[in-house]
Formats: sequence, structure tokens, C-alpha cells
Amino acid sequence: MILLWGSNARETHPIFFHHLLKGVRNGARLYGIDPRRTSSVQWADVWAGLDVGTDIALANAMGREIIAGGLECKEFIENATTGFDDYRRVVEPYTLEYAERETGVPGEVIREMARTFARADKAMICWTLGITEHHNAVDNVLALINLVLLTGHVGRYGCGVNPLRGQNNVQGGGDMGALPDRLPGFQHVENVPLRAKFEKHWGAPIPAVKGWHLSQMFEAMERGDLQALYVIGENPLQSEADQNHARHLLEGLEFMVCQDIFLTKTGELADVVLPASAAWCESDGTVTNSERRVQRVRKAIQAVPGARDDVAILFDVARRMGYDWGVPDAEKIWNEVRALSPVHAGMSYARLEELKGIQWPCYDENHPGELFLHSRLWERPLNGPRVSFCPVEHDPPVERLSAEFPMRLTTGRRLDEYNTGVQTSGYRSPLRRGETLDVSPEDAARLGVRDGELVKVLSRRGAVTVPVRRDESLRPGLTFMTLHFQDDVATNLLTIDATDPKSGTAEFKAAAIRVEKM
Amino acid sequence: MDIRFHEIEAGATERAAVDSVLGPPVSAWAGGVRDTETEGHSATFGGHAARSQRDLLLPVLHAVQRRFGWLPPAALNYISRRLTLPPAEVFGVATFYHLFSLTPSPPGVIHVCDDIACRIKGAERLCSEMESISIPQFTWKRSPCLGLCERAPAVMVSQAGENPRLFSQGPVSTTAEIISAANSLNGKPEGLESLRRSVPQAGQEDLRLIRRIGRVQPESLEAYQADGGYVALKKALELGPEGVIREVLASNLLGRGGAAFPTGRKWEAVARAPARPHYVVCNADESEPGTFKDRLLMEGDPFGVIEGITIAAYATGSERGYFYVRGEYPLAAHRIGAAIENARAAGLLGENILGSGFAFDIELRSGAGAYICGEETALFNSIEGKRGEPRNKPPFPVHVGLFGKPTLINNVETLANIPLIIAAGGAAYAGVGTSGSSGPKLFCVSGHVVRPGLYEIPFGRTLRELIDMAGGVPEGKGIRAILLGGAAGMFIGPDKLDVPLTFEGTRAIGATLGSGVVLIFDETVDLADILTRVAAFFRDESCGQCVPCRVGTVRQEELLSRLRSGRTIGSRSDELALLKEIGQAMRDASICGLGQTASNAIESALANLNPIPGGKDEA
Repeated sequence: MILLWGSNARETHPIFFHHLLKGVRNGARLYGIDPRRTSSVQWADVWAGLDVGTDIALANAMGREIIAGGLECKEFIENATTGFDDYRRVVEPYTLEYAERETGVPGEVIREMARTFARADKAMICWTLGITEHHNAVDNVLALINLVLLTGHVGRYGCGVNPLRGQNNVQGGGDMGALPDRLPGFQHVENVPLRAKFEKHWGAPIPAVKGWHLSQMFEAMERGDLQALYVIGENPLQSEADQNHARHLLEGLEFMVCQDIFLTKTGELADVVLPASAAWCESDGTVTNSERRVQRVRKAIQAVPGARDDVAILFDVARRMGYDWGVPDAEKIWNEVRALSPVHAGMSYARLEELKGIQWPCYDENHPGELFLHSRLWERPLNGPRVSFCPVEHDPPVERLSAEFPMRLTTGRRLDEYNTGVQTSGYRSPLRRGETLDVSPEDAARLGVRDGELVKVLSRRGAVTVPVRRDESLRPGLTFMTLHFQDDVATNLLTIDATDPKSGTAEFKAAAIRVEKM
Repeated sequence: MDIRFHEIEAGATERAAVDSVLGPPVSAWAGGVRDTETEGHSATFGGHAARSQRDLLLPVLHAVQRRFGWLPPAALNYISRRLTLPPAEVFGVATFYHLFSLTPSPPGVIHVCDDIACRIKGAERLCSEMESISIPQFTWKRSPCLGLCERAPAVMVSQAGENPRLFSQGPVSTTAEIISAANSLNGKPEGLESLRRSVPQAGQEDLRLIRRIGRVQPESLEAYQADGGYVALKKALELGPEGVIREVLASNLLGRGGAAFPTGRKWEAVARAPARPHYVVCNADESEPGTFKDRLLMEGDPFGVIEGITIAAYATGSERGYFYVRGEYPLAAHRIGAAIENARAAGLLGENILGSGFAFDIELRSGAGAYICGEETALFNSIEGKRGEPRNKPPFPVHVGLFGKPTLINNVETLANIPLIIAAGGAAYAGVGTSGSSGPKLFCVSGHVVRPGLYEIPFGRTLRELIDMAGGVPEGKGIRAILLGGAAGMFIGPDKLDVPLTFEGTRAIGATLGSGVVLIFDETVDLADILTRVAAFFRDESCGQCVPCRVGTVRQEELLSRLRSGRTIGSRSDELALLKEIGQAMRDASICGLGQTASNAIESALANLNPIPGGKDEA
């Protein structure tokens, strides 16, 4: 059984979805949990079309239903977890009636989904931004984790919770320490012995407290605590919620460097632009995909004149700052990672080549890597600490619907476009139809608008003009836009920057809007 | 699903025709009315359940064709929605079959058979007369063999509408008879009398396979049981599945569909296949020109075949069977359908057959005009709702067959032998016929004989004896040629009349029994014309999937036409060499038997019978 929760993987992770369909073809039942009946959900046996931002109400109701039916995995809960009683107490009020009222999904559908999930031999939850682009993103994730702890669908082949990565190397970015609180290999920067290991190796001090994540950086800009910004491979001007505000803050910086393969809108505001080569074909190194598989990337072509490898640029910046790191060499850098990060220690270039990639953790050169994580939770006696249930409460989207802004706008992506279009808008696509406000046929009729007709869309933060497109996958009151065509239609003028305090992600998925016929 | 439906909306009649097979739509996502109150927040339609209905595509296309006489685009679009199928897939299947029309057509169609047996009985004259008349509400088409060769020339009448009609009739010697048939309610009544006409031996004591045909009411289960029916099934249930397979192995029965594979070994392989479920399929897509034995078994003794397939299911551990009858056999399909219902009502099919705990049921499926669907894997694809294109083998059906599961597929005549084997015992059955070809065999004798029809003889009698049984050639004329085994078989000359009719005997003279066709041509027949028709038949029926057959059948027809006209490319012997090469390429490289045998009859005639006397370049 596969729960595809808050993910339109058919369009946004098409390669992954192709693998998912193999499972479906082999008989796996697919449940799609999404406000829209997306092209992914159309493959599903059951669509649970919850209202935007009610994921925790649904997940908790499933948990309650599983416990009420005595279907929880008692052996696993008893031997590998803590906090079950708290969890049971918290989910107790989440009756099917409550969940149906809150999410809109019929209680019967929730009950069937819960029981099928609990009884499944193997079950996994795959999720993406429908879970994380909320003001309570981390709570949403915890609600899903609670479900797999409850049913023991973790630490076994074919089970688990799987965030689908949006790029070939999002996982690798995190693994290498591109996080405010982690050094390479997920080693916490505030852990003294770990930090000391890095300081010793690098011969330089490392700040002892964790840094800011993206949203906190914008808050710091607002406070005036952050005056200089070095942006590598990001386009925050167009990808941040509440774009007017983001522009104001970026323009207020004293100094900004942008290092990118394209001249982005953010780059246009920068004081210094460093043209980079394309990592996937113009440089050597590794990437790490969604299943933690580290794979080699080989330079295939020369970059255009003027564009340079990211690593070479960084080496030069270091040299100007007085540190000579020598000549950049991808394998040498990788061997440094192996020396410092235990989970990567066994991954020599030779082995990566021979085994066609290795999944971390890989502690030494005899370790084959791990197909899945957390198998220790099934060792008896338990190997390592117990894992804790983290009960969470439903908290609806920050922006409620009102008489003035009565419709829900949710945002997402389409098959042939990528995020703000930096990497895709330069290419022709037979599918591209530009930005539209997708509305239900019923709303289109109520507004008296036809396909392609321009309407004005207003939120508390801004307004855009955009053509309408009727979409049967939407119900009345629910609308959809993408953020692919920010130059034409700046969707993020409408979105709200209410951010999750733990992850720093803004609530792109839930804004309140009004649509006006022009 | 990435399925892009057309905007075009089906009308009430179109929806009703589709819903008559599929039932009313359960969801807006399946073509029902959109109601966001009930389906705005959930849908339980989709996924496996929705996609698993594809095998209903052919039945539902039949329903629309029967209602409208063609397949309106709006109905196809509605079908796509109902079955969660891309419109292109539905279109691809619809265009695969002769009996479906994608363009508006009058409700009535008269299919005039112009294939070999009808051709030598005046079908061409009938066709040219049809050109000059018009029948209100009707159009007419030439048809490949309708399987009524003993009653040539034959027609099939179909009329779409609220009360659709479909029936065959023969012989029809004038257009007046055709008009009268078109306007009659259901053609001539088909009782025991007409069966006796098609089975000249009817009522004789020494018959085995066809002993009931023309004597026992085919629609009566009581009559069947009173005549010894279902004794074999009871005995089979006592023997147990392995015991049944032992008897079938001991019988040395070879498949009667044309390939002569040992039946018992097939059964054993399916019974042992670990994957579940198992299926049994009765191949009643009898389309080989000149063949009509299966039709008469189904029309004349339907319960005998049903009993045979039930025993097969028991032996192979199958709970579900499919009976695939070619679309041109309306009466056979009707009788089989009625027999299935009667057997089910009597507890001889269903959950607990004869109180034994054995569960088995049969679904009847109709083809829609495609010779290729007689090829076993093409037939599976056809049942599954796909284009009837053959699959590569291996894997063989006993391992990967219908719906990808282990499948026993047997021909009608093969299955009709099963009750005989079980009742008499395999060893006793093996005593009939010769050591290489056991049992009785059915022969479809047509063409220039006094009493064309279905004949049963034990293996081992000679061709001459069979022709004598049929009364010999009328008016004392000489024999020009005999087609053995149908269009995929071989032509032999009158010098081979003493060949014993066994698998090994025909093989010894480089011929084949094939499906049991014995088509006699007297000395007045223009063999070149017959060869051209055979070539046209294969060109038309090639499914087009693989290149050797798709291209080879066209080249073969062109080459014959050049030979007949004398406008050869290079010398006549160049052309004959090229023909051989085309045949060899098709034999070597075609996916299925159609391409592999498409040149047999033509090459055999050219080699031995000089059907196209030499042109001037040889003079």
C-alpha cells in the first residue's frame, strides 16, 4: 500500500512516479491524499480530498481509528517506542465525525484507509510540499511519522516515510551540511566533540552556535542584522512568499553575491554575479538522490567561457581571503568528506563506480550501504534508543476564509516546468500553457467566466491579473496556481509568508483570495 | 491518468448502449454526473478496479455496434471514460475488427462470403449482381469465409437497432434469396433438420464425436443427459485432477486446432504451474477458410463442449473459463450461451459443481471479425480488450497466458473429445485410429462433392475413401486439386488421393491436416483465381504487427497478380524464386503462425499443380 500524501508526483517527480507505478502494476494499492484530484491521484484506488491544511486532523483520525480497531502494532510500540499513551490521549478526540467535519473527507473513507494501512503487509507514506509548505510543516510530518510508528511500517523493506526530493541532489545538499545547524554527515554544530573534529581537520574555528535558515535570514534582514548575502543556486526573490516584501528586503542589503548558472531575477539585484558551470555535465563530483544513493557525476563537456565550476569559484574566494586550498580536485574533496563524515566513510570513488552508487550509511569499505533505514528498531533486544511518538494537534491554515476573501488558493507545480522557471522557461515545451488560475467548473459558471478570460485575483497582500482555466480536479471554493511564470504572473504576490518556526517554510499552500471578473 | 478525453458528449441512447454492458456509472470520474457534494472530497473510483475492466471493451463495442450499426465517436469517448482508457486505445481496438464500423453505416449489412468454398459455388456472380441492386436500409460487403462452406454460397445478415438481428444463411443462389433473407425475421429456422443436412452421417451407429448432432435436441440439457451426457464429468470428479490428466495423456490426443500438440502435456503443464489463478479458454474462433467443424459441434452438441471444458478446468485447477466464439457464428454463440446458462442453473457450472466443492464458471465472448484472433495469444489479447495481436512465445500460454496467468487453451473439437476419453478411458480411446494419430477425426468436406458436410472418420482412412463417402465429384468430373488444412494448408493433386488422413500420413507427402479442411476443386476451377483469393485473404488478415508478414503478404499478392497477367519483373523463374524467398522470410521471421503459413498453399500449388501456365518468356 502506498499513501501519496500532499504530492502530485506524476507531474513533479515523474521519474520517481514511474517507479511507483511499477509497484502499482505489481498490485500495490495507491491512496492519494490531496485537495485536488491530480493526475497522480487519478491512478489511485482511493482519493481522500481533504481541505487544504487539515492533514493532521486526517492523520490523527486515522491513528485513533487504528487504535480503536486494535490494529496498532503492539509488539513494535512496546519494544521500540515511547510516548504511545500520550499519543493515544491526544488523538482520542479526533473521531471520524470530527475529521469528516474538519477535512471534508467522508468518515467511511478515512476508516477504510486507516484499516487498510494498518493491515497492510507493507505500507509506505510518500510526501512532498503538500505536507511541508504549511505554517505547521514539521507537525504535519510528525503526524505521518506517528502513523508509521503506530503500525510498525518503518525499518522494514518497502515501508517507511519518504519525502520525495525535488532535485537530483537536494538530499546531497543536506548531507553535506547545507543546513543551519549541521556539519557534513548530519553532525550537529553545537556538539562540542564533533565540532572540534572539524576544527582540527580544517585548522580553523567554526561558529559554536547554529546559523539561520532562509526565513530567519529574511527576518534578520528586516531587523537589519543581516547586511550581506551570498546566494548559490537559489532565486529567493521569486521563490519566497509575499514577493513585494522579499524584494524590499533584498534591495535593502548592503552587499549581495549571486553564483548561478543563469542570471536570475535575484542575480539582477546582486552587486557581484559569479557565473557557474552546470553541475550535472560540466563538473566532476557526486550527487545523492532521494534513496540516499551517492552517485558519481562526471564532467562531459567544457563550460562556456566565463562560467566556472562552483568549487573553483569557492577556492578562489578562499584564496582572496588568505587561504590557499590548492587546486580543486573533486575526489580529494570527497575523501575529506569521507574522513569527517562516518556515514560516508566507506564510499571511495572506486566503490561508487563499481557498485553504481552506494546508499548511506556506509561506515567502511566492506559495508554495502543500507537499502533502508531504521532496521535497528526491529532488533530484539532493541539496538539503540527508543523512538518517540510526537503527538501533534490540528491547526488550520493561518489565513482563514472570510466574506472578503472567500476562496482558497493553493499552489503547486506542473510537469514541464520547474519552480520559478530559471531552469525551464528558456526551453520550448509543447505542454506549456502559461500561468492560469485554475478553478472548478462550478466557480467558473458562478463567476461567469470562460476559459482564457482574464480575471483579477486579490489577497490581503496583493493582486494579479491572470487567465482562468476550468479544472475538473477542483471543487467549488478551491483554486490553484503555479509559481512557474513569476515574470508574467507573480503568484507569490498573493501567498502568505506565515512560516513554520521549526522548518522555516512558508505556507505557500494556503492563501485566501477573491476572484473578480474584469 | 494523463488521459485526455474528447469534449464530445454521448447522448442518452449511446450511454444506454454502453451502460447495458457496464451498468450505470458509479462516479463522475467514470462518466457519471458531476456532483461535488458527494464526490468533492473523495472518490473510490479509480485505480486497480477501474483499470481492471478493460476486458469489457470488446463486449461494449459489440453493444454499441449492435445498437447503431457503427461506433459513433461520442460513444467511443464515453467508453474511454467508463473504462479509464485513452481514446486512442479504444480507437485502436475498434479499428482492428472487420465487424465494427467507424464511419456512419446503414443499420443493415449483408456480408456476402466470397472466400474459396463459396467462390467456386458462384459467389462472384452473386457479388456482381449485388452491385446492381439496392436494398433499403441495407448495405453489403464482401466477407472472408463465414464457415458455412457445406452450404455455399453463404451470407450473414446483421441489422442494428433496438432489436438487433444477426444470422447466417446458406445456400443462397440468387439476390432474390438474399433480399428475402434480409427482410425475414431471423433467417430460416435452424433445427435438427438443417443439422442433418450439414452432417450427412447424422444418426449412424458408429459415430463418436458427432453422434448427437442432428439426433439430440441441442438446446435441451435433459436430452443431453439422457443420451449419456455428464457421465464423464461425474467420472472425472471421481478420478481427481491427476487421474483425469493421466487418462488424457494415455489417450495420446493431439490438439485439433491445427498445431497437433499433445493435449495431455498441455494440461499437465497448466496444472503444475505455480502462479494462480489458472484459466481455461475454449478457442472457438474458427476462421480458417473451409473450416466449419467447430461451428457444427457448437450448434449441434453444445453441452458436449461445455462438459469437455468443465473437465479441463477441473484437471487444471481453473475456476474461470472463457469461451471465445468468432463473431460470424451467431447461432453457435447463441447455443453455447444458452447451454452455459442451463448448465449453471442445473449446478453443472458455478460454485459447487455436482456437490463436489469444485467451482468453475464460463464467460462467453464474441469475436468481431479477425482471423488472427484464432492464434491463441492474439485471442488472449482480444479477451483482455486489446488489439488482437499475437504475443511472442515463449513464454507459452501454459505459463503466461490470459491476464498473464497460466492458461489452458484448447480448440472446440479437442474439448469435445474429452468426455469420450474420460468415459471410455484413455487407453481405449488410444485404440481408435493409428498409433501416431489416435481417436476419431472430423473433416470439413466442401467444394465439388455431391454431399458436402462434416464427416467423422477414425484416423487412418484415405482421402479417396473420404471423398467417396461424400459422393465423389458431381457429374463425373475429374479432380483438379484438393486443399488440405485450409488457407494455411496445402494444395495437393489427384495423384495423392491414397494418402492416409493422419498427422503422420499427410506429413509424409509434405502436406498437413491442419484444421481438417478437405476442399475439392473439379477440373473446371481456375486455380489461379483461388490462389489470388488466398493471397488477398492473408494480406487482409495480417494484423500488421510484424514486418515479414505485413509486407510479405502484400508482396506475395502482387507477385501472383504479375504472374497471372504475364507482366513479370524479370523472368517467370525469377518471380518464382522471389516468391519462395518471400515465403521463407515469412516462415523464418514472423511472430505467429499466420505469417509462417501464409505462403504454404500458394507455394504448394505453384510447385505441383501449374495453376498459372507459363508466360511467353519461357516459351
